[in-house]
Order: sequence, then structure tokens, then C-alpha cells
Amino acid sequence: MSELLARAASGDRESAPVGYARVLGEGVDTSHGPILYLDDITVSFDGFRALNKLTLTIDVGELRCIIGPNGAGKTTMMDVITGKTRPDSGTAFFGQTIDLTRLSEPEIATAGIGRKFQKPTVFEPLSVFENLELAMKTDKRARHSLRAKLNSEARDRIAEMLARINLFDSAARLAGELSHGQKQWLEIGMLLMQEPQLLLLDEPVAGMTDHETAKTAELFVSLAGSHSLVVVEHDMDFVERLGGKVTVLHEGSVLAEGPLAEVQQDERVIEVYLGR
Amino acid sequence: MNAANPAVHPPSAAQLPVPGHGPLGPRGMAAVLVALFVLVVLVPVLNLAVPADSALHLSASTVALAGKIMCYMMVALAMNLIWGYTGILSLGHGLFFALGGYAMGMYLMRSIGREGVYQSDLPDFMVFLDWKELPWYWSFTEHFWYAALLAVLVPGVLALVFGFFAFRSRIKGVYFSIITQALTLAAMLLFFRNETGFGGNNGFTDFKRILGFSITAPETRATLFAISGAVLIAMLLFVRWLTGSKFGRILTAIRDAEPRVMFCGYQPLYYKLTVWTISAVMCGIAGALYVPQVGIINPGEMSPANSIEIAVWVALGGRATLLGPLFGAGIVNGAKSWFTQAFPDMWLFFLGALFIVATLWLPNGVVGLWQQLRSKWQANKEDAA
Repeated sequence: MSELLARAASGDRESAPVGYARVLGEGVDTSHGPILYLDDITVSFDGFRALNKLTLTIDVGELRCIIGPNGAGKTTMMDVITGKTRPDSGTAFFGQTIDLTRLSEPEIATAGIGRKFQKPTVFEPLSVFENLELAMKTDKRARHSLRAKLNSEARDRIAEMLARINLFDSAARLAGELSHGQKQWLEIGMLLMQEPQLLLLDEPVAGMTDHETAKTAELFVSLAGSHSLVVVEHDMDFVERLGGKVTVLHEGSVLAEGPLAEVQQDERVIEVYLGR
Repeated sequence: MNAANPAVHPPSAAQLPVPGHGPLGPRGMAAVLVALFVLVVLVPVLNLAVPADSALHLSASTVALAGKIMCYMMVALAMNLIWGYTGILSLGHGLFFALGGYAMGMYLMRSIGREGVYQSDLPDFMVFLDWKELPWYWSFTEHFWYAALLAVLVPGVLALVFGFFAFRSRIKGVYFSIITQALTLAAMLLFFRNETGFGGNNGFTDFKRILGFSITAPETRATLFAISGAVLIAMLLFVRWLTGSKFGRILTAIRDAEPRVMFCGYQPLYYKLTVWTISAVMCGIAGALYVPQVGIINPGEMSPANSIEIAVWVALGGRATLLGPLFGAGIVNGAKSWFTQAFPDMWLFFLGALFIVATLWLPNGVVGLWQQLRSKWQANKEDAA
């Protein structure tokens, strides 16, 4: 598995410029700036401000970690980006042209944003293979699904993904029978089958063994460059392994931003995060 | 990814499973179809060709009962599509069934002609109300094809419109169930009114003929039975195809993790709306076949209790299994016809007990129980070997 991952990693690194060009070729226009642009976003629930004038940009190919204490607004931010929650005010753009505050969840997913939930969410009564089949990028209208047949190319792609997420031998098992860590991997695999340009990952290594966590970090690092990733995580070792820029959220807005080591030295961060 | 590394076992798509069906394979399915086909042929033959004094003779009432149960089985298949596979519990499916029945009933009323009690061109209940001409919505109902069309279109269009607003507003779970229950109750109250023009609480009855054939003739009854059987088999094959398709897997996915389905890029609204409308149309067809065999349709068919009973059939038989609904509808209605004759007062207690048993001990219905027993038996056999 590790060889496979390493192979995937090196392959993707080499093809990073190609991946960049592919991003340009598809729906998202990132020719003049970031892939994700949140400006002045405010969301209130019954008077509680979950997000408070949040401003955040993610660059093309970036791997960004978001940390922050409970209730800092991390999940609400993902809800806004994926269309689940509409902001009270502010703008959210995917690339230059796609206004996320106007699209429905499926439209945003089709535009190229994939999301992994905090609790691993896979289709438990379906097999691992079928989970990947449903996630695969294709025409997702009801009319098309009635007649959809898998061609050999699609089966090859599923096979590749199964190997990549180390579930090839479990292809026929029901997703509900997998371990917690395997479900996390399956969900990541489903996300990748959608071929998104931007991946939002909410606590992707929760419940994984140290070994699985290390492999996940390797995978994410390999994806950066050809994809943009936003990872919400509490596990600081994992955040350190990813090595990207870190954003600290607190009470719905950005408290600090920078490399992990720098952020960890920040007095305000130490105060809110460690409760000192 | 790069070309396969020989050190790692090369992923070959050929080793992978084919997505599709659950436990019931092609052989099991063929056996079921043969059994149903034999039943559909055998019952009319035993009724028509075997002399009445023979022990093998089936009475006309038995044929009618069997035909009626087959119509209920169609409704159970329809309910299973929307509840079992998609996880949307409708407590108003009796409405679609009744609407299909009323559409066919209108044609049957018109074909009575002047043989009614009042010897008028109008149905008796309209003469009784002192109406001079047919209301506009009775136009063309003298044609069988038009009534058949109505039996499909009325439930279908109602389901489409109702479903669109309900699913677009993301009404789910118990709220959806309650609204469907209210819908069928409202329709029942409407149909109870004489002014609505559907015979009030008496509904339609005293049918004389269908397509020129006497409706009480044994040959007509046997034909209706055989048609119902053929339609039931067709619906069973259709449900198998639908649930085995990618569309069917998305329905199951919607049932268990709708947010994930949306974030995969699917719009659940259209999937739900499609299966909901298909389900309603299946009920309408069942109702249209039911009425000529039973000889009566009245607003009682729209009562909420009837719709709840449909859910009991599916729960008892086994949700999200292909054959469960057939067993459920067969067991409950078979028991009902026996109980209501043998112990008329006890029937509702028995039905309640059946539902409690199904809920407590048969989470996957009788089909689930059978699967459990079979896997246990196989495990024992392997232990012994």
C-alpha cells in the first residue's frame, strides 16, 4: 500500500502543472486568483454568531489546515461553502465566477467542491464498489441514472481507487461492515471519484490508527498541487505532517494565519486555544 | 496514477463484483416467476374446467379473493419502492389506489346503460340527486381506454404535484407521513359528499358488464384474474429492474445518507419525485384492476386505516426485499378473510398483534426471518463438515 501511495504521490507531484491546466479547462475560473474566496461572511443562529465577518482565501493547489476550539465556526464555514447554510451577509466565490451563495448543494458538488463529513458518511447498505460507483463523476440526473451502465474504463477507475484507498479486497463487502478508519478512507475515495478541484475535509483522521493517519497525511500531501485542500483537524501531529499554512478560527473569525510553528507561538492563539 | 507497478498486485477490474442485486439471484427469481405463472394459470383452470363437485374445484369467491389479494400485492410492491427502498413512509397510498379504482368505476357505471333501477342514461345516484346531465368530469368515461388512462394519469399527476412541493420543501420523515395521511383523509371527506359526483358514501356498485362481457360471468372473472396476475408479474420484474439499476442504488443511498447523496452531486428531489410518482401510478393500476373484481368502490378505501394497513403488509413481509411485500400482503389478507369469517370481532386485535410481532421480532419481516434461518442452517452445515 505504501508503495502505491508513494507512487500516487510522485505521479501527482510530477503532473501538478498538468493538473493546474486541467483546473483551468473546467468550469472553475481561477486564472486571476484564488480558488476559494470568502469575504465578510456572517452566519447567526438564534442570535448566536457562528461566523462573524469571516474572510478567508484559499489559493489554487494549496493545502490549508483550519484549527480552532469547539464552536469556532469550522463546520459552519464548510456548510456555507457547500451550500448547506446560507450566510446572512458576505460573499463566497469559487474561482472568479461561481457564486456559492446562490447554488444548491448538488450544484456546488458538480461545480467541483467535494466534502467529507466529520462523522464518516458512506452508503452503508451498499458495497464498497457501489459506493465508489455512485460517487464517480458522471451525469447525475435521474434520467441518466435509470439507464447508466458501467463501461470498462469506469470499472478500471474504480479498481484504481480501490487500490489507492487500500480497500481492493473489500470491494464486495458492505460499507457498513468496514472499520471506522476504513470508512474514513472510503469516504475520501468517494470524494476523489468526484474529481473535485477543492476538497473540504472535516476531521479526516478521527478514529484512525497512527499508521492510517500517517498514510492519510501522505495521501493529502500528494493531492496538494493538483487539488486544493481545506482540512479541519484537531490532531496537531497530523497538521504538522501536512505542513501547509494554518488558519486559526475563534468565535467565527480568523484569529491567526501562518505556518504551524509560528501560529503556535502566537500569544492570542495560546490564550484561546489552550484556555490559559 | 502511473502504469501498474509489478511489485503491487495489479488492480484488475475483472476481479470486482458487478453492482446490482441482493440475495435473490437469477435462479431464485426464475423460480418465483414460474410459481406465480403456475398460480395465475392454475386458479382459473381449477375454477372453470374442474367440475363443481370435485374436491379440486375453486369457487368463484375464491377466485375473486385471490384476484383481490393480487391487487393488494401490487400496492405492497409500490409501497415498498417508496418506503422500503427510498425510506419515505407514505400513509396515503390508499388514496392512489382508490383514485385508480374510481376511474375504472366511472367506466363501469357508464356501461350499466339503462339497466339501472331508474332506467336512465345517468348513473342511479345522479338520478337520485335529481341531476339532469353528467358533470363535465364524467365526459368520455363511457370509453374504456379513457378510464384506463384516467386510472394512470389522475394518481400520477396528483402524486407529481403533491410530491414536487413536499420534496422541494424538504419535508421528511414523520411530517411527510402525517401530510399524506391528511391528504387521503381530506379526499375521503370530499368523496363522501354527494355533490362531489362520485356517489357519496355508497360509491359505485351494481356493475353489469365490462367491454361488453357480463361482469359476473365466470369467464370474465377468470380473465380479470389472469390479467391481474400478468400485471403483477410485470410489476415485479419492473421493481427488480428499477432497484437493480444505478437509480435504485441512489434511492437506497438517499434513504440512508441523503446529505452525502447531495454532496455527491445528485439532486434528491428528482429521484424522490420519480419513484413517488411511479409508486402512485402502480397503485392506480392496482385499483383499476381491483374494482371490476370486487364489484364496488367507495370512499372507505381512502380511509387512513387502509393506508396504514398497506404499511403493515410491507413491514411484515420485509422492507426493501423484492418478495417481502408479496408475502406480507398475502399473509395479512389471507388471514383477514379467514378471521373475519371465523372470528369477526377479533380481526383488528389480530392485525394489531401481527404488527407488534413484526416490529419486535421480525425487523426484516418474514423474508428476513427466512434469510436468517437459512444462513444459520448453512453455518451449522459448515460446522458439521
